[in-house]
Amino acid sequence: MTADLMLIWPELILTIGGLITLMLGTFMGDRQVGIYQLSSLLTLAAAAAAVVALFGVETTVFSGTLSVDAFGGFAKLLIYAASFICILVAPRFFTGAMRAEYPTLILFAALGMGIMASSRDLMTLYVGLELNSLAAYVLASFMRTDERSSEAGLKYFVLGALASGMLLYGISLLYGFTGTTDFAGIAAAMGGELNIGLIFGIVFVLSGLGFKISAVPFHMWTPDVYEGAPTPVTTFFASAPKVAAMALMTRVVIDAMGPAVGAWQQIVIFLALASIILGAVGAIGQKNIKRLLAYSSINNVGFMLIGLAAGTQQGVEGVLTYLLVYLVTTLGAFLVVLQLRDAGGNQVESIPALAGLSQRRPGLAAAMSVFLFSLAGIPPLFGFWPKYLVFEAAVNANLVPLAVAGIVASVIGAFYYIAIIKTMYFDDKSEVDVTGGGNAVEGTIVAASALWLSAIGYLFIPMLAVASAHAASVLF
Amino acid sequence: MSGFPILSLMLAVPLVAAILCLYAGDRNARMIALVATLIDFALGVVLWANFDIGGAQWQFVERADLFGRFSYKLGIDGMALMLIMLSVFLMPLCILASWDAIKQRVGLYMAMFLIMEVVMIGVFMAQDLLLFYIFFEAGLIPMYFIIGIWGGANRKYAAFKFFLYTLLGSVLMLIAMIAMIAEAGTTDIPTLLNYDFPVEMQTWLWLAFFASLAVKMPMWPVHTWLPDAHVQAPTAGSMILAGVLLKLGAYGFIRFMMPMFPDASAQLMWLVFGLSMVAVVYTSLVALVQNDMKKLIAYSSVAHMAIVTAGLFAFNQQGIEGALIIMLSHGVVSAALFFCVGVIYDRLHTREIDRYGGLAVNMPAYALFFMLFTMASIGLPGTSGFVGEFLSLLGIYEASSVVAFVCTTGIILGAAYMLYLYRRVVFGELTKDDVKAMPDLNPREWAIMAPLAAVALWMGVYPESFLAPMRSDVTTVVARLAPAKPAGDAHLAAGKPKPAAAHGENAHGSSHAGGVQ
Repeated sequence: MTADLMLIWPELILTIGGLITLMLGTFMGDRQVGIYQLSSLLTLAAAAAAVVALFGVETTVFSGTLSVDAFGGFAKLLIYAASFICILVAPRFFTGAMRAEYPTLILFAALGMGIMASSRDLMTLYVGLELNSLAAYVLASFMRTDERSSEAGLKYFVLGALASGMLLYGISLLYGFTGTTDFAGIAAAMGGELNIGLIFGIVFVLSGLGFKISAVPFHMWTPDVYEGAPTPVTTFFASAPKVAAMALMTRVVIDAMGPAVGAWQQIVIFLALASIILGAVGAIGQKNIKRLLAYSSINNVGFMLIGLAAGTQQGVEGVLTYLLVYLVTTLGAFLVVLQLRDAGGNQVESIPALAGLSQRRPGLAAAMSVFLFSLAGIPPLFGFWPKYLVFEAAVNANLVPLAVAGIVASVIGAFYYIAIIKTMYFDDKSEVDVTGGGNAVEGTIVAASALWLSAIGYLFIPMLAVASAHAASVLF
Repeated sequence: MSGFPILSLMLAVPLVAAILCLYAGDRNARMIALVATLIDFALGVVLWANFDIGGAQWQFVERADLFGRFSYKLGIDGMALMLIMLSVFLMPLCILASWDAIKQRVGLYMAMFLIMEVVMIGVFMAQDLLLFYIFFEAGLIPMYFIIGIWGGANRKYAAFKFFLYTLLGSVLMLIAMIAMIAEAGTTDIPTLLNYDFPVEMQTWLWLAFFASLAVKMPMWPVHTWLPDAHVQAPTAGSMILAGVLLKLGAYGFIRFMMPMFPDASAQLMWLVFGLSMVAVVYTSLVALVQNDMKKLIAYSSVAHMAIVTAGLFAFNQQGIEGALIIMLSHGVVSAALFFCVGVIYDRLHTREIDRYGGLAVNMPAYALFFMLFTMASIGLPGTSGFVGEFLSLLGIYEASSVVAFVCTTGIILGAAYMLYLYRRVVFGELTKDDVKAMPDLNPREWAIMAPLAAVALWMGVYPESFLAPMRSDVTTVVARLAPAKPAGDAHLAAGKPKPAAAHGENAHGSSHAGGVQ
């Protein structure tokens, strides 16, 4: 038991750090932003350091319910980094309304996501998922007085509860027909003949997880929640939970359902193509940049699922690389959105208001173009590389029709990305004077991520390849 | 010279200049761009001078395994050398052509052009399949901005159409490349060139490449983005689009499709010939009825490119060499023609042919240059156009006389629409007042016209300078294609000498037989 505790340092640090942050907020008041922000950032940094310190450990703890391995470590590092940035940029957005609950909730959500990424039992899976979700529901409605924010929270909660219900139903079926909640045990049971109960279980579990990664047809909540939630929270939703849910889905599919390839592969293929196409088509008519980025995240999840559909180590490597690059791009894009303020300092979210941004804020417009071209996967921007990897995995797994369909549909996606660039560069200046909102910290992060995505990232491919191969090899 | 990374340097110079331009003022940006492109041209000349004709197939090879899965590998053969020369030659002229015409956001404009240059010469230098793809696709971004920001009234539509059309084609090529890499286990182009893909797989790969390259080329019926893009693009944008970007498609044909998939190329020869024949006749006829000068030249580009594709798929030395010379010649001549349109567009701000007339009176120097380029476009002997068209038609005739016949009508139609254009713009009565007020070429315009004219004549009078570096590469391709090559319908054979009069019979016979292969 004690030995097991020594192996979950990241989780322990997050729990204790979260509680300390909560206490700090309670006793020192919400005004002391600097103090509780610092404590939460230090907690995340320490947790990340603990993940790094555990590098090379490959084992399971607590009777095989949680695994400590490179795959979970890779995902956790991404999750902690995204959470770090989301806490960092929040005070400026909330200004007077900043409360200590914000970093606390993010820490607990990060804890839950860490558990999701390393669970190897249906029970830990559910505990991690709910810990994350409950924190997320509150975060979505963080601006209590704002109608849109409350609506987003409620919507997220209702649909999230539905998804959890489906997931639980699937879990109960899997348990009922295999007699175990352990991934390895389930996999062993799936090695034999698949009965109808197991297939139902697979379908329901994947549907529940589909909600969490917002894959079509379980994506309906995404645009509304992304639009309604405060922008730093949206930034958080679009980044860290995507990593966690995708990592979880990968683990479930490969570890628990591995032998039943035929059963889950068609589901994943359907989710992938539907997400790519609907994510692209749905984005075309959007007038709100946050809604548009919501559709873009649906679209990108579809591409990740192509890598997962391959079901090979190469495919999982592709998914992991994709998650990293997607994370950088999304964080960058949302930080740009955070900086879009009119002269009075009010947030600007409408796309037509961005007209002529390239003349008002050339640096910001250039960075946004880099992120958008990168999301569209146009070389030489680095967003091309993960797309290449997942398509390569699909082709090598003899899924050529899937790869062709996916890549052709990616052209539809390119349409709305270049449409925003058109608005920023080709259109005449809008009436909204988007000039306010420059900030050194955010600007530096935006510049760094844009620079990394603009071709410099290619120099990191050898490193990324080693890391993702190491992480993915755990599952095979 | 051998160890010096001149190719990387040629990529680095415009890249650095592009970054500088973004931060420079308008005047400085122009100057930086001009100097950088001239440096690149000078480097190109050094490259040509040091290119060992008849030496190794790949020269100036540089390799750095920077990217793990694929490498930064550059190297050129004769064909790539000539196309790089074309790019670096046109680039300073494009910068000069936009010297006064572009007044807004000059820094961004120059940066986009310089990035365009990096990307274009990168495509010709790349010796790694993925590196090639990255350069090939990257060209979309600067061109999207060039058309969309500085284009004409309908520029946004044209920019979208250009971007999405060409992207849709290219993505299929990417899937084919992935399959090739999986099959051959390497991304190295020289290795892939000699890899024998299974015949059935070749067909699929060929079709995927064709989807991409036919759009870039552009071939009928996927050419419709070109007239829109050309009409809306600024003058220099059209020059570079017609001059170099259209050559990327043909370069892909001869670099990838033909040597890598020889069997599929032979099987699907009919498709290329068919589309080329339609394109030559159809687009020439369309060009004949245009009222917009740029559109007319755009359609003529499609027709010329169709002769290039037909020449390439003739699978013989003359056909391919001719196609390559048309590519170079068309690069110079169409850029020059677009500049000719730009010159009068800058003065009158319309591209409508009927608004002009009688320019020979008040713009004699302009009329002279325009005449020269018109003739070069038609293919008058002595100009660059003639050499390419003659050689490629000769090659096509060996492969199929029907195709040669149809393609030749295209040349006649070409003469019709070009001369008709010239007559309406330059000859006739000088009646319109605003046209009367147009001044002749200024020194800047002279500086652009003169080199273009000189090269068009040089290529027409002594094409050997351009053919020599490419000859052995063409031979390599022809040899690679030889096993798959179908028999042509020409059945060329040495003619039998007529029974001549008693005196000197032997001498006559041998001289005749030598003339025909």
